[in-house]
Amino acid sequence: MQKVTREQLIERAAALFADGTVSSVLGWKRGEFDYDITPAVFESAEELEKEFVWNDFCGANFSKYLVSKTVKAEEKILVFLKPCDTYSFNQLLTEHRFDREKVYAVGIPCEGMADIEKIKKITGEGIAKIECGEKLAVTTIYNDAPVPVDPSDVLAERCANCKSKKHVAYDELIGDEGEVVSSARFDEVEKLEAMTPDERFAFWQGELSRCIRCNACRDACPACTCEVCVFNNPRSGVENKAPANSFEEKMFHIIRAFHVAGRCTDCGECSRVCPQNIPLHLLNRKFIKDMNECYGEYQAGEEVGTKAPLVDYTTEDLEPGEVFDRRDTDA
Amino acid sequence: MRKCSLENINSVFAKIAEKAALYLPVDGDDGKASFTKWAEGKEWSDALNTVRSPKDFFFPQVEDLMRFKTEGKNIEITDIREESEDFVIFGVRGCDVKSFDILDRVFLSAPVDSYYASRREHGIIVSVACTRPSETCFCKSFGIDPAAPAGDVTCRKCEKELFWQANTEKGEALLKSIEEYTEECSSEAVDAVTEKINKIMAKLPLAGLDTKAFGGGKTKEFFDRPEWAELSEACLGCGTCTFVCPTCQCYDIKDFNTGNGVIRYRCWDSCMYSEFTKMAHGNNRLTQKERFRQRFMHKLVYYPENNDGLFSCVGCGRCLSRCPISMNIVKVMKKLGGEN
Amino acid sequence: MNKYDETLIPMIGVITDVRIDTPDIKTFRVVTPDGKKAFDHRPGQCAMLSVPGVGEAMFSITSSPTNEEYMEFSIKKCGCVTDWLHQAEVGQQITIRGPYGNPFPVDDVFAGNNMLFIAGGVGLAPLRSVINYCRHFRDRYGKIDIVYGSRSKEDLLDYQEIIDEWTKDENVNVYLTIDREQEGWGGHVGFVPNYVKELGFDTDKIAVLCGPPIMIKFTLEGLASLGFEKTQVYTTLELRMKCGVGKCGRCNVGSKYVCKDGPVFRFDEIDELPDEY
Repeated sequence: MQKVTREQLIERAAALFADGTVSSVLGWKRGEFDYDITPAVFESAEELEKEFVWNDFCGANFSKYLVSKTVKAEEKILVFLKPCDTYSFNQLLTEHRFDREKVYAVGIPCEGMADIEKIKKITGEGIAKIECGEKLAVTTIYNDAPVPVDPSDVLAERCANCKSKKHVAYDELIGDEGEVVSSARFDEVEKLEAMTPDERFAFWQGELSRCIRCNACRDACPACTCEVCVFNNPRSGVENKAPANSFEEKMFHIIRAFHVAGRCTDCGECSRVCPQNIPLHLLNRKFIKDMNECYGEYQAGEEVGTKAPLVDYTTEDLEPGEVFDRRDTDA
Repeated sequence: MRKCSLENINSVFAKIAEKAALYLPVDGDDGKASFTKWAEGKEWSDALNTVRSPKDFFFPQVEDLMRFKTEGKNIEITDIREESEDFVIFGVRGCDVKSFDILDRVFLSAPVDSYYASRREHGIIVSVACTRPSETCFCKSFGIDPAAPAGDVTCRKCEKELFWQANTEKGEALLKSIEEYTEECSSEAVDAVTEKINKIMAKLPLAGLDTKAFGGGKTKEFFDRPEWAELSEACLGCGTCTFVCPTCQCYDIKDFNTGNGVIRYRCWDSCMYSEFTKMAHGNNRLTQKERFRQRFMHKLVYYPENNDGLFSCVGCGRCLSRCPISMNIVKVMKKLGGEN
Repeated sequence: MNKYDETLIPMIGVITDVRIDTPDIKTFRVVTPDGKKAFDHRPGQCAMLSVPGVGEAMFSITSSPTNEEYMEFSIKKCGCVTDWLHQAEVGQQITIRGPYGNPFPVDDVFAGNNMLFIAGGVGLAPLRSVINYCRHFRDRYGKIDIVYGSRSKEDLLDYQEIIDEWTKDENVNVYLTIDREQEGWGGHVGFVPNYVKELGFDTDKIAVLCGPPIMIKFTLEGLASLGFEKTQVYTTLELRMKCGVGKCGRCNVGSKYVCKDGPVFRFDEIDELPDEY
């Protein structure tokens, strides 16, 4: 259950509308059901009152929208940021991808978002209503009484492995500030590392062969903000829409993982949006883990303006050969 | 009508698979069903819908069309087409069966797409009536009866038995081939199931979704509606909706240089992509709003205009559950057609 | 093998002549390897040409159907396929498939009428096919007026053919214009739409337009001010195409597919399309 309420957020946004601080709000808009929430721009307190929601299904990270929304903006836009979203926010600022002056960032605490698919595994299909509270009360068309679901049982993967409940950027915070938390987010990576190369290859082959190349991972990723992606550019020589063979299938994801290495904040949008449930975040996490081990702990987006280990040379850096040797001893 | 015991279903599958490759929904490690080639040990999944629709069987994500060899100034073209082998797709839902009609009108209209046609002719479709539709289902809005899906054979599940009914010659032949595992029966049990499904359908949250605001000849009415801006505002421009959609059929043709010749292949493409209409000298859809509008106008207005009022949506609900920002055809229809 | 013919599988074409028309347009003559015309077509129809490994693109067939020996394509250098073609030499093989699209109604609607052709730049390429068709069957048509303009004298396509043949035909009037004054140019200077208005044509004819969108827009306004109805004016559209037969979805505008329902449209038909072509 979220600790701040929808009403608190609307009340604050209404005040900021009223005193002229902001002219629009980037927030979550209710859908057809209680879980299908769409990012939207609200222009008034009345619109917020009508369709704004804040509940356990507000997973979408708004940071990337700021790239396009601040280009044309003349007045400030209010954006609600969960702790993990603030890391993307900072990272985009580090890369000068949006105009900070046009944004009024409101940090809101987050108790983790629910994964509707995990809920459906418990309740079955046919969701008629979900009431968010201490327990999620899920009514389906097949049962009359609501089924109580413990939110901690249905947390999205990235929330179950939450790395921080602390906001690293905001103009104003609603509710209490949290702390950086210790997480088990590298456990799955370690499982992959423990595999033999053949097993690991088979694992990724199995996962990536399901890819339909819809580009949702790339298009939702706050680190993927190239104006024209090389995979869309006919002049790049690597443009492709669908893998012509099994090599190209992996190429897209591996190139993407390399490109965001050191810039990926581990926000988990890639895996959230993947229609084929491919655990894409594991590729990025492997990079993060390796960089932490080779170059010291680094969290992309923790501060504005920091240089990622891969673009910041220091004399203490591990030599490439040592990285290679270390790989050998690990294997 | 014939029936068999569900306990026995794997023997039936084995019998079918003797003669033709048999594909059916099987749950994967991620808990999601996908059409998988049947083999001993593969269990038919009861899942409502596969993530990828069965359009892949006739219009695969990628397929090679032809090969070229070039030497000096000369080109050699190799026609690599092969007649498809017979195959059976079991467990297709009513919405997906209907999607084949929609694809047929594109690929089988003159000039016939021979790649598609060959697979279509050799594919036998065994549909299975839905017993537990989801909140995302709205096939009824498009005139589809999930209790009586079309296909060469229609199956219905009643507790511990599966009822088989042939609808075409291909279907008769298939039933004949599994005769030893099935027995003749009356349709009473099926009628009871149908009634039960109909009651559930009425309870679905999208049961009242109405299509009558849309159809051919309404381009002017909808094209310039201001709501497109709001509807498309958060669209990421990814291709998820188009690729999980059973009726989306836009494609690209590309060349792949293998180093030892050129393969010309076809792959799915999406009108949601920024470069879909990009030409050397310009692009006639520069914004995501225009691209978003194209997709829905095509499904709700343009396609019906060219196809006797048939909409290019079957209400399978895949885009509802898969869109990263939860924007979909239902929200578009409600916004533009008025709340139902 | 498969029992159907497959339109996506092309035939081989050989480039037998390359004519440098303007600094960025070349005209390619194409036949089959045994020296024949690849297929019959009607004026205004298109063909898909491809260079394996580079890509495939749609081009209008600029030669008239009355030419039974070969086909010609006037191609402006502006993308991957066209860049490659501009480097091709005589004897180079390419692939060709078609014909695609609806032709100009030369034998019914146009027959017996006075004709006004208006082209800008490479927009003459699709019109040359109709113009030469009308010139070939000269007695089937009334008076023929041709207004053609380009940036400079060097950018006028088919200049030699225009001077040597078109201007010498009886009852064919050719009006050439270039955008800016140029040494050695004694003809008209100015943009096509203005020239059309200056010339002040009677409305007793059918007009056929092709050129860049901005020229089309202003010429159409000019014709309207002269009293032309939209039902009297034809054009040919160009959008990105892949299949050529109304299936791949790329050239879909409203309920029409430019490759299959076009590329030739009458302006009142275009008015029915949503504004995104």
